[in-house]
Amino acid sequence: MSDQYFYEGASGPWELVIGLEVHAQINSKSKLFSGAATAFGAEPNTQVSFMDAAMPGMLPVINSHCVEQAVKTGFGLNAEINLISSFDRKNYFYADLPSGYQITQFTRPIVGKGYLDVELEDGSSRRIGITRLHLEQDAGKSVHDQHPDKSYIDLNRAGVGLMEIVSEPDMRSAEEAAAYVKKLRAIVRCLGTCDGNMDQGSMRVDINVSVRKPGAPLGTRAEIKNVNSIKFLTQAVHYEVDRQVSLLEAGEEILQETRLFDAAQGITRSMRSKEHAHDYRYFPDPDLPPLVLEKAWVETLRTNLPELPDAKKDRLMEEYELPLYDAALLVTETEIASYYEETLQALEAVTPKGAKLVANWLLGEVFGALNRDGKTLEDCPITPGALAGLVMEIQKDVISGKIAKDVFSMMWETGKSAPALIAEHGLQQVSDDGAIIPIIDKVLADNPQMVEEYRQGKDKLFGFFVGQVMKIMAGKANPELVNKLLRERLGTA
Amino acid sequence: MPNKNSLIHLSLAQAREGLDKKDFSALELTEAYLKEMEAQRDLNAYILELPEHALEAARESDKRLAKKEGGLLEGMPLAIKDLFCTEGIQTTSASHILEGFKPPYESTVTQNLKKAGAVFLGKANMDQFAMGSTTTTSYYGNTLNPWQRADGKALTPGGSSGGSSAAVAAGIAIAATGSDTGGSIRQPAAFTGTVGLKPTYGRCSRWGMIAFACSLDQAGPITRNVRDAALMLQVMAGHDPKDSTSSTRELPLFEAALGKGVKGLKVGIPKEYYVDGLDPTITQLWERGAQWLREAGAEIVEINLPHTKYSLPTYYVVAPAEASSTLARYDGVRYGLRVKGDSLDEMYENTRSEGFGAEVQRRILIGTYVLSAGYYDAYYLKAQKVRALIARDFHQAFQKVDVILAPTTPSAAFAIDEKPTDPVVMYLNDALTVPASLAGLPCLSVPAGLSAEGLPLGLQLIGPAFDEEVILRVGQVLEDAAAFKPFLER
Repeated sequence: MSDQYFYEGASGPWELVIGLEVHAQINSKSKLFSGAATAFGAEPNTQVSFMDAAMPGMLPVINSHCVEQAVKTGFGLNAEINLISSFDRKNYFYADLPSGYQITQFTRPIVGKGYLDVELEDGSSRRIGITRLHLEQDAGKSVHDQHPDKSYIDLNRAGVGLMEIVSEPDMRSAEEAAAYVKKLRAIVRCLGTCDGNMDQGSMRVDINVSVRKPGAPLGTRAEIKNVNSIKFLTQAVHYEVDRQVSLLEAGEEILQETRLFDAAQGITRSMRSKEHAHDYRYFPDPDLPPLVLEKAWVETLRTNLPELPDAKKDRLMEEYELPLYDAALLVTETEIASYYEETLQALEAVTPKGAKLVANWLLGEVFGALNRDGKTLEDCPITPGALAGLVMEIQKDVISGKIAKDVFSMMWETGKSAPALIAEHGLQQVSDDGAIIPIIDKVLADNPQMVEEYRQGKDKLFGFFVGQVMKIMAGKANPELVNKLLRERLGTA
Repeated sequence: MPNKNSLIHLSLAQAREGLDKKDFSALELTEAYLKEMEAQRDLNAYILELPEHALEAARESDKRLAKKEGGLLEGMPLAIKDLFCTEGIQTTSASHILEGFKPPYESTVTQNLKKAGAVFLGKANMDQFAMGSTTTTSYYGNTLNPWQRADGKALTPGGSSGGSSAAVAAGIAIAATGSDTGGSIRQPAAFTGTVGLKPTYGRCSRWGMIAFACSLDQAGPITRNVRDAALMLQVMAGHDPKDSTSSTRELPLFEAALGKGVKGLKVGIPKEYYVDGLDPTITQLWERGAQWLREAGAEIVEINLPHTKYSLPTYYVVAPAEASSTLARYDGVRYGLRVKGDSLDEMYENTRSEGFGAEVQRRILIGTYVLSAGYYDAYYLKAQKVRALIARDFHQAFQKVDVILAPTTPSAAFAIDEKPTDPVVMYLNDALTVPASLAGLPCLSVPAGLSAEGLPLGLQLIGPAFDEEVILRVGQVLEDAAAFKPFLER
């Protein structure tokens, strides 16, 4: 297992060290310090208050809903909630930063240390430390490509509340980094604190990557900005590790710098920091007194939290004896877990075997078909009740697993129930000795040579006979029954 | 019944009473002021006069008065310092960068005044972005002090609220709004023989008031007398949910604090305020002030404010630091002046070089420096620590005394051509006003006597946080004892 954590260079193994900064847009109708709306995709500059445009004399007032969302997220990250936090100004000039500073929490964040457990495909899990979560404003957008020598500014996003979630440099592979982001997304979606839509920029990732010889102190890191999908995250890490190892093995040094991920080419590129290295001149924002939370209020939020993915995962493993990896996949989104549990509830009885069967069908066939058709669970043509209907037909031996896949396809296309389709197409499994024995006898009679060879010890021919029987019965014969009866007729039972 | 030609001699309280008694109309009062404004235009107290606007507001006041619906300041013609945003009316903070800027919103303070029936005569001149003590850093020319010295030289009305103080002293506004960051209400009041009140930080909303240094800026009135200051404060102050630093404390009835005398009060005299360069007549006036209060039944107690000497350097780190950040929004992108350039950075440089005056640029540079990496701890952080010690000095002093008495300024108004060319010498003018600003405390400057050259001098009262009542109460006793003859009565 351990080799997955190493990168094999010409000089031997290298260890990757990855830390992530995730900017998660807070799910809130209005901005962090103003009443302007936050809806995605509005006409440019239609969701801008005087505050967002930094008009003279305008002052920030904290949006308590955003504070609530940050605290909830903090709980989701198993983190300390700081009852006293404060806001600072990060100063820099840019055309889409109207006030010339971003209000952020530099010295005293609202959420302190925590952790996330991420599950990997091999069934193992890893604990990733969370350094902090802090509140800050988003900037507006500059549009450079609409005019030959002018830039346009859209301030709709200016002042929208973000949670910046900073991890410890605890990840050792692109897979872990991807699993971390997925887990984080599952948590914020479950809590309703961020919609987690990376393609709309609601979750953006900055990656800090460095490499070192195993056991050596941390190497110099590069920060990669502008990563807006999990696929790109993986690509960026791979590219960056190749780059850094090649440089080091060529005897060169890694520059501590900010790099941009170029999704079109799948590479990272230095953002040459022009002549001015940024000095953000952080200082406490005098317009905002410290943010003081009441302990009782924070406790109320804690007690009213929904069931979090990890708790749900543990419960699924406990109640239904599901393996870790299945349970972890089922809890990545609240909707998946709900769909899963609704399906179980529609079964006549829930057994560990049935629970695993439903998990297999949901994670396999259902998701396969959703991905194929570019659909989401929300517009899935098969309801949890219908899926349960199909699974029950398998459990009752009415159809085999193989036939069930055909029934599933028909359900997907027609929206009809499994029992209806089975009846309509006569797919019912034949489990009647009287119907199967004559067929077996016919197959044996038609192949006397092979029967003879089998009886002399050519065991492999048993499969041939089964195949012939099933072929004649169009796959509907109960396979276990066919095996049993065939052995009897061949006299080997 | 007062002669209609002498309407401008009435105090705000008197004029308000006159309206109720129908001695004259709001329109007549405003017309009298507009006429006087024309006559005294050479003072340059206003950046923008609003005669049409004022007449219309006065007519509306008369209608409300006729229906007995007059507000506390109904029909009172005020000068509004040009850093209060007034909806649809140019607001520049005396800068070029905001020339022509008409805010689409009304500041909370001016909204409160309008709701109480006040009439706005115009936007008063000031030091650019409230940075200065002379009203000479205005892009729109300096304001003159109506007071004159024997040598006839043009005198400063103080600053930054110099347009406001000159207007109230000269009778071209019955009262005015000002703002005080390090003394910008008190010092101009002292230089013009008017009353200046800087409320506790958080008493008046800063929403819609163009910021200089957010942790220090506070709106307040400049008036003819202490009672008028109480009336103005009553209307200007109050909690505003749009300003996170605005206090939620309930407003007392400030006028009710007047007339209670000072018997039994302990008045502190901080010996550290005997600063270098303190005019001997001011020292004498200070002692006389203490004597008046003692005679009125107060106990005079010597107190220590040991960190006073660090106030000026602390202030001149904190205020520019905040300003350097707060003024970053004037970038030519969204409103105000834009001077084109070949790149974004060049546009910034051109706009801000042309749009900001020398003093504003100096403070932005100082502020940027003290916040920059490698200097932050030595300057900004150190200043914040000292600021806390200065506040603690006051806190400890107020365990022993009810109010503190000190001079407002180290000297009387000086001639504009005597203005020190060394900015550090210039900043010394704020030595006596800055400490209480850093502590956020309420202060009142009351005209109490004349300098050897016959110019007004002020005494300053400093109260505990949110105790404007005590400074008004003691201020009125000083006012009565001093029997100061204002410019208008000379």
